[in-house]
Amino acid sequence: MSVDKDTVRRIAHLARIAVDEADLEPLSDELNTILDWVEQLGEVQTDGVAPMTSAVETTLRWRVDEVSDGGYATRVTLGAPEGDDGFFTVPKVLE
Amino acid sequence: MNTSVDKSNLLTGSTGDWEIVLGLEVHAQVTSESKLFSGSSTEFGSEPNSQVSLVDAAMPGMLPVINSVCIEQAVRTGLGLKAEINLYSVFDRKNYFYPDLPQGYQISQFKHPIVGEGEVIVDLDDGSSVTVGIERLHLEQDAGKSVHDMHPTHSYVDLNRSGVALMEIVSKPDMRSSAQAAAYLRKLRTLLRYLGTCDGNMEQGSMRADVNVSVRRPGDPLGTRCEIKNVNSVRFASQAIEYEARRQIEIIEEGGTIAQETRLFDPKNGETRSMRSKEEAHDYRYFPDPDLLPLEFDAAFVEKIKADLPELPDDKKARFVESYGLSTYDATVLVSERVRADFFEAVARGRDAKLAANWVTGDFFGALNKSGQSIGDAKVTSDQLGALIDLISDQTISGRIAKDVFEIMFETGQNPAEIVEEKGLKQVTDTGAIESEIDKILSGNPDKVAEYKEKPKVFGWFVGQVMKATQGKANPQAVNEILKAKLDS
Repeated sequence: MSVDKDTVRRIAHLARIAVDEADLEPLSDELNTILDWVEQLGEVQTDGVAPMTSAVETTLRWRVDEVSDGGYATRVTLGAPEGDDGFFTVPKVLE
Repeated sequence: MNTSVDKSNLLTGSTGDWEIVLGLEVHAQVTSESKLFSGSSTEFGSEPNSQVSLVDAAMPGMLPVINSVCIEQAVRTGLGLKAEINLYSVFDRKNYFYPDLPQGYQISQFKHPIVGEGEVIVDLDDGSSVTVGIERLHLEQDAGKSVHDMHPTHSYVDLNRSGVALMEIVSKPDMRSSAQAAAYLRKLRTLLRYLGTCDGNMEQGSMRADVNVSVRRPGDPLGTRCEIKNVNSVRFASQAIEYEARRQIEIIEEGGTIAQETRLFDPKNGETRSMRSKEEAHDYRYFPDPDLLPLEFDAAFVEKIKADLPELPDDKKARFVESYGLSTYDATVLVSERVRADFFEAVARGRDAKLAANWVTGDFFGALNKSGQSIGDAKVTSDQLGALIDLISDQTISGRIAKDVFEIMFETGQNPAEIVEEKGLKQVTDTGAIESEIDKILSGNPDKVAEYKEKPKVFGWFVGQVMKATQGKANPQAVNEILKAKLDS
């Protein structure tokens, strides 16, 4: 697997990361080096081996359905750059 | 599933007939106290951001912990959809940027949903039914809510809904008309309410639909589809489908092609329009959420939920037809809501079930409709309506008088026996009294008696006169019999 300049531009945009046009080519080289390195894993024979989802033998923890959190609107919105009347506010995003 | 083309569903364009193909994605809010991955409340209509935990606000380092009731509800719904339940499913991150999605991704299920293929039998108004296949059901988080009309240049964001559990129920492209899609939505809502897994309240947004619409020549392969978002009522779904199908037909007939896109339904003008911003966002870059291990449970867990399932609408309908002898139509009307079915059964217990069904679906539902009340608001109880039917059955009052008594019951909540007593509405079954009234009428109207020999239809006029003379209290059957005997002699 390898990525070209256009793919890098697209990924950067999807991740909302500003990347200068001049940096796209070197970045794609770097990414391809990483991808090649990871690609080595493909050499391992994994037929019939279940995917490993955790480093330790454990299962998903289930929670009881009860209200045990929330109720602190001020705390939640405190770090936001802008807010009004308990809401977060952002530049208009109307369709 | 609909392999043959039903001609009545086709739309006629300027160059021939077209078939609509519809698939629906319904987002149903799971009925639970707290959210899918956090302990904050799911209650509707609270102060902005008052039901937001640090998990829902996506503060760094916060980790999701799954709500066991949401898992049970998804399984319960899957069983109601007669679907395959997957004992192993996986949560993935669906990545996109939007102000009401603080994580920058929605936790959803992509490759391995909790519920697989199933089906829903959809009843249509003409009494026929179609089977709509279910592709899958998966659990996911709801996003927050953006309010756009509070400020000229800013949108306001409330995260109370952020993280609430949703079931996305994806149908197969098995529907062929807006009527079928509307009936599917109604049936799904009924089913969810029976199961108690979603309140089905479309106005409050706890059930929303995205509609996939395409058109084709009958028998052709599938056309390119457009997905219509923002459809929050059954009526809007019908309107959106009708508009969108016409729009697509027009484009194709004028030589154009349909671009696959996401469109927005605008209830103000009943039209759909392109949602351009969604186009590039379609690259969601799903990957398994590293914060959540796979969701696993055993068959015993599923069996336990299955054992607790209530009687579902289709089974209830079949039972109503079979054991009460009701028509399919009456049974369908009665099972459309669980409270309706329960009310009917309480009235029918130990009584003539068909008579009970007539009263419940006719007079009672009619009065509710007229007054805009629900069964819960009504002053008439099932016991009282049953007592009224008893008064008809034991001939205390006639069916005609019963309608007047019912009106008073509906207004006041009084017991029928009391009303009959107070107003002196007891039926006259004394044949002597009826006979003397009949004699008076016959002797007073010799011309009509003569007319009857020519035109037997005049009989009805005599019945009317007798009823008038007895203020409707004469037993109609006795009147008929005596009158007939006298006129024909």
